[in-house]
Parts: sequence; C-alpha cells; structure tokens
Amino acid sequence: MKARIHITLKKGVLDPQGKAIANALSHLGFDGVEEVRQGKYIEIDLADGDKAQARAKLDAMCAQLLANTVIENYTVELQA
Amino acid sequence: MRVSVTPEIVAAHGLKPDEYAHILRVLNREPNLTELGIFSAMWNEHCSYKSSRVWLRTMPTTGPQVVCGPGENAGVVDIGDGQVAIFKMESHNHPSFIEPYQGAATGVGGIMRDVFTMGARPVANLNALRFGAPDHARTRHLVYGVVAGIGGYGNCIGVPTVGGEVNFDAGYNGNILVNAMCIGIADASKVFYSTASGIGNPVVYVGSKTGRDGIHGASMASAEFDENSEEKRPTVQVGDPFTEKLLLEACLELMAGDAVIAIQDMGAAGLTCSAVEMASKGGLGLLLDLDKVPCREAGMTAYEMMLSESQERMLMVLHPDRTDAARAIFERWELDFAIVGETTDTGRFIIRHQGETVADLPVDVLAEQAPVYQRPWTPTPPAPYLPAKEIPDTDDLGATLARLMGGPHLASRRWIWEQYDHMVMGDTIQRPGGDAAVVRVHNSRKGIAATTDVTPRYCAAAPKEGGKQAIAEAFRNLCAVGAKPLAVTDCLNFGNPERPEIMGQFVGCIEGISEACIALDMPIVSGNVSLYNETSGVAIPPTPAIGAIGLLADVDKMATVAFKQDGDEIFVIGETQGHLGQSLYAREIAGRKDGAPPPVDLAAERRNGDFIRSQIIAGNVAAAHDISDGGLLVAIAEMALAGGLGCMLSLPRNAGPRHGFLFGEDQARYIACVSPQKAQAMIAAAQEKNVPVTRFGSVAGRDIVLDGKLVHSVAGLRSAHENWFPAYMEG
Repeated sequence: MKARIHITLKKGVLDPQGKAIANALSHLGFDGVEEVRQGKYIEIDLADGDKAQARAKLDAMCAQLLANTVIENYTVELQA
Repeated sequence: MRVSVTPEIVAAHGLKPDEYAHILRVLNREPNLTELGIFSAMWNEHCSYKSSRVWLRTMPTTGPQVVCGPGENAGVVDIGDGQVAIFKMESHNHPSFIEPYQGAATGVGGIMRDVFTMGARPVANLNALRFGAPDHARTRHLVYGVVAGIGGYGNCIGVPTVGGEVNFDAGYNGNILVNAMCIGIADASKVFYSTASGIGNPVVYVGSKTGRDGIHGASMASAEFDENSEEKRPTVQVGDPFTEKLLLEACLELMAGDAVIAIQDMGAAGLTCSAVEMASKGGLGLLLDLDKVPCREAGMTAYEMMLSESQERMLMVLHPDRTDAARAIFERWELDFAIVGETTDTGRFIIRHQGETVADLPVDVLAEQAPVYQRPWTPTPPAPYLPAKEIPDTDDLGATLARLMGGPHLASRRWIWEQYDHMVMGDTIQRPGGDAAVVRVHNSRKGIAATTDVTPRYCAAAPKEGGKQAIAEAFRNLCAVGAKPLAVTDCLNFGNPERPEIMGQFVGCIEGISEACIALDMPIVSGNVSLYNETSGVAIPPTPAIGAIGLLADVDKMATVAFKQDGDEIFVIGETQGHLGQSLYAREIAGRKDGAPPPVDLAAERRNGDFIRSQIIAGNVAAAHDISDGGLLVAIAEMALAGGLGCMLSLPRNAGPRHGFLFGEDQARYIACVSPQKAQAMIAAAQEKNVPVTRFGSVAGRDIVLDGKLVHSVAGLRSAHENWFPAYMEG
C-alpha cells in the first residue's frame, strides 16, 4: 500500500520560502507570478492490510512527526 | 464591522467589567469592535503594565552612564568615544510554549528590531531559557524547538548568539520561559526615538506585508493557559529572518540621513501599539488609512489589520521632503513602503477603511489612562536558616561532584550553543561557557561583556534576597572577566498578579533588585514584564531574569575561567561561611528544598568585585571565575575543565564543615588563579582593600586532588559534564 502525503502551510500563515521562490521567479523574468505557496510531499510504503487502520496510522504519523499541525495542514492519499 | 459589543465579547478581549465601564465613560458611547480590539491591545497587561507599573516606577533608572532609560524600544548607555550600547531583554514565553520553533525565533527577531529601531547595529544576542523537568513529557520537544528557533533566526540574520542560561525545573512544566536579549552599538549622535513631532508629517509603514498572524497574541500573553490552550494555536506568527536582515540594512541606511523623525517597531499588537505610542509621546493625533496598508491576504478587516502581529514591520514618521528618498531605499531592499497616514493636531487616533471612519479614539486615553492597579500582596513567609550540620556530608566527594557536574543544572550547555553561530561578525572574544560573553566593539580595543542571571530557587524561598542575588551574580560575572558593569535590562516573569502571594513575590524581587542596582551602580534601562505564567493555578517560580552589560576598556586585559598553567596559585576571594540553604548540594544531593538562600552583602559584593576587576586589569590574575550555583568545588571543576588541568587543594584550617565549605553558595566570592610571582602583590592589595583572601591550592596535574586524596580526574569529570545534554536530547 502506498500513501502520498501533502503537507502545506495553513491558509494565512506566512510562507518565507514561497515568497523567496516568487521573488526568484520574477528575477528570472517569469511575469505574472502573483503568489507562491510551497509545501512538502512524502511517499510512504506500508505493508498491505486494513485500509482504515492504515489511514488512522498515517494520521497519527502526520500529527506526531510529519506535519507541524500548529501551522500546517496535511492530506493523505492511499493507493492499494 | 456591524457587531454589537456584548459582555461576552468584552470578556473575550480580556477586559474586566470595570475597565469596560471606564471606556464607556471616556468615550461617552459604545466602542465598535475595532475600537474594542484597540482598547484591549493597549490596556492588556503586556502593553500597559497595569499590575506592575506602580512598582516599576520605584526602580533606579538613572546614572551618568544612562543616555535613555525605560520607556523607549530599548535602553541606551554611554560606552565612551561618542558611542552607545543599546540593549534590552524581552519575553516570548507563551508563543514559545505553543510553537517552540517559531515562538523562539520571533522572540529573537522582535528583540533585535527593538535594538535597530533605535539606530544600533545588533552585535550580540543572549537567551535566558527555563524549561520543565527533564523527565516531563514535553520538555525535550520544547528544548529542541526553542534552541533550533533561536539558532535559526539569529544565524540567518548574521548576529552572534554569545551567551545565556538554561534551567530545568518542574515549576516550568506548563509554562516555559524564553527571554531573548539583544545588544547593539550606535553612534551617540545617531540614536532614534519614538516621539512623533510636527503636524501633517507622513506616517510610513515599512517591512513585510500584514497578514492574519498572531491576532491577539498580546492579549494571549496576558491570559493564563488552561486545558484548552491548544485551541489558541493559530495565533502564532512565523518569522522571516531574511526579510529582517533587509529591514535592518534598510533602516540603518535610512538613519544615516536625516529623514526619520520617529520610528517604532511593530511588536505586540503591531499597528495599534506603534501608532498610539508615537502619537502619545509627541502629544499629537494620528490619522491612519488602512486601504494603504500592504496586506498579504485579501479581505482583511480593520480589526485584523490593527491587531495583526505580522513580523518584520516598522512604523515611522518622516520629514515630508525626504519621503521619496526613503521610498527609494526601501524599494531597493525589496521591502514594502507605504504612506499610511499623517500626524495631526487633534489628539485623536482616527482610522479610515474603505471610505469609512472605523475608529475615532482619544490618544491620551489609550496610552495614558490604562488602568493602573495597586494589587494587594502578601509577603512571602521568611524561610528559616538551614545550618550545614543539619545536612549530611558526602562520603564520596568525587561521585557527588560528578553527579552535580553531570546533572541537568550544571551539565555543559555545548549541545545548545553549538547550534548558535556565536562567532559571526568576527568580534566574539569570549565564547559561551565562561562567566560573561565578550564582544569587541568593531575597530576598537573596547569590549562589551554581557551576561544573563537569576536563581529562581532563591527568589522562591526569599524574593528580596533572590532579587538582590540576581543583580549581584550578574555584577560578579561581569567583574570576573574584567568588565566594569554598566547597566541592566530585566525580564520579570511571574504568575498571576491577581493572587496576593504572587504579587508578594513580585514586590519582594523588585525591592531586592532595586537595592542591589543602587549599591552596585547598575541602573535599569529597559525590560519587560511577563505575568500570568501559570497553568491550572500553578505558577512558575518567580523568575526576574537579569541581563547586564559591562565595558572593558581593553579586550587584551580580559580574564577567562580556564586554568592556565601548573603552579598557578588558587585563591578564594571573599568570605566562605558554608551556607547550604537552597544550594544545589542541599537540593540535589541531600534532597532538602527548605531553608533560606544565601544572604547577599552588597557592600562586600561591591568591594570584592571592584577588587577582582582591578587585579585583572593590573595583569595579576591568570584566571578568574565567580562562585555561584554549586559552590566552590563546582567552580574549581569548571575552571579545571575549561583549562584541561587539575589542581592540588587543601582545606583551610578554619573551613568549618567540609561540605559547607566546598558546596555552600555564599555570595560575593570569586576564584582567582595567580602566578607565584604575583601572589604576594595580590594578597597585599587585598589586605589594603579589606578583601578576604584564602589560599586554596595550586594548579597541578590532570586530577582534582583535595588534601592528598583524589577527588576526580578531570577527564572523567569531562565526560560526565559533556555527556548529559546530548544523551538527554537523544532520549
């Protein structure tokens, strides 16, 4: 089972890295970049098993380690 | 906003019913929600000092060295040659508990802005940190985040983090303390203040855009935590050190000219506090047009803009004909620059948004008529003297010493300070690990010494003696490197001031601090107060953290703690009575937490401190160390570890109980190492000044030896001392 996890800053939280990317893009001459928000993407291979249990386990991983839920949101996709 | 103000909304803004009644009386109408938010920001404990102000007024704040005392962004002291040092310490406790990395990082960013707002280039950062018990579930996570946040921000902006202190105590389990200090250097003729002047002058916003960060952070900082505090999380703001670096350079470039009339950092309750303070100090009114404020998000309300705590922003009043030149500077540094209002002669704070007047409030009421409370207080009951004979001596001196040196209170803080760039800027002369950090004033022989100190267990047992001791220890740490102490910044962290016993701790500490500041000629020039540090009714130990700076005329005449060479004689300066009450020995080895802390004799502190400094400057001292936590033997061990050398010690004939002599925490003491050729001169000078000097042994070999018996090898002690922190953090 493969899990794909996207972690992004919550709406409204300042994103200095995104801001730096936006600046760099405009310096490189890409017009019309209004805002950049960046995040991270994590793939996890899990032993096959019950999907609901796997989802609960992935939620716990996100809450405890992968995401800083004070300022970040996460989404989990599970593929068999 | 068309929301009518209900008692629940008033309470949610942290205003008491009688405070709201006062607002109704002075306005003669109901405030709207934006106005209520502004009142709540200006009148909360964090901004208004309503519980502490009557006591803060009693503290000594003047002296010939003081250029500007409390009330500005930071304190300013004269360091000669037309230069000043500008410094302050400030708390960022609550945000750091909720989000340790960003909370600590923005604390560092905020205190640096306080310093460069006044025209100084920051040259050193320090941090006084208090965490819960090492075995508490959250402590490791908080230590990790706070230290990374301090390093992350300070290292990115390129200002060295040179010193500080760390305590662990179960009393901080629910409320850690993160007190950040910054020191900057400026030309005396180029210091900038926050007093607006002139009518019709442009009010200019510079720095980052405004987002919905930390809305009501300042109000949060004045509310106790409860079990639901997790829900307050989204108010934590995120720092951007790279933008702050641009803001620093842009501000200093602008300040080299004559454009700036007044400037104020946007810290707690950003736009509100900065605008009101500048107008109030100038006796002016101020008009703000929120449509001009650079916003990060669409659809922000006036309420959100006025209370946002987005970082890396400043508000300035400029000379009108210099505005274009100023704009060019900030645009070159890729920062926002917007004229958002003007000064007026109305004495009113008027805010326009989308064509409407959304607030119209009297400036003087906001700034000066905040409630001031004479809170009832009860003195802390005196703790009885705990004689050394009531505490058992140890039968294994070596193991006891290793346990102290390798425990959470005294273990090496290398794991922390190795994460900080403490050498950047190239002027760090004395690195973390000594008594005080020393940074050279660039392009000169002068040095600024800096230290942070307080012993919360002393303050809890006897607030007044604890307050005195905090100043005395800071004084000693500065004297022990050869610096002349100049002035103090204080960060007063306490529990809920509405409880008389907490207020009693506050009053006691203030009295002790004031007395010591006068006796040791170290006026208070800046600081802040952090109250309501309690969780579910359990308060932190009283923690008036002291940051102090001193001046070395010549950094070549500086002392360090390290043993230098075999044969140097070891002397104890000051009188040892063997006071074990509240000592680490009593608490950690004997398990006794009762008893009075060591009394502080300020005349002896002054005499002994002036003596050690004069001996260092005269070149008589090879190594010097103040004696504090852990007592004499711990101080010796620290010097041995720093130098990689051992010593042969012998107990003086009149030492009294051995454990009292070796582990007592009597004040006003130093260890001085002196070469045999210079020992007579130093003893003669001490006798002349009436300073007690006791010969305790000499530097020798690679072991610590007492009366011919091995106490501990220096190498073995080093592994205990160095290993605790990394092992703890690896869990």
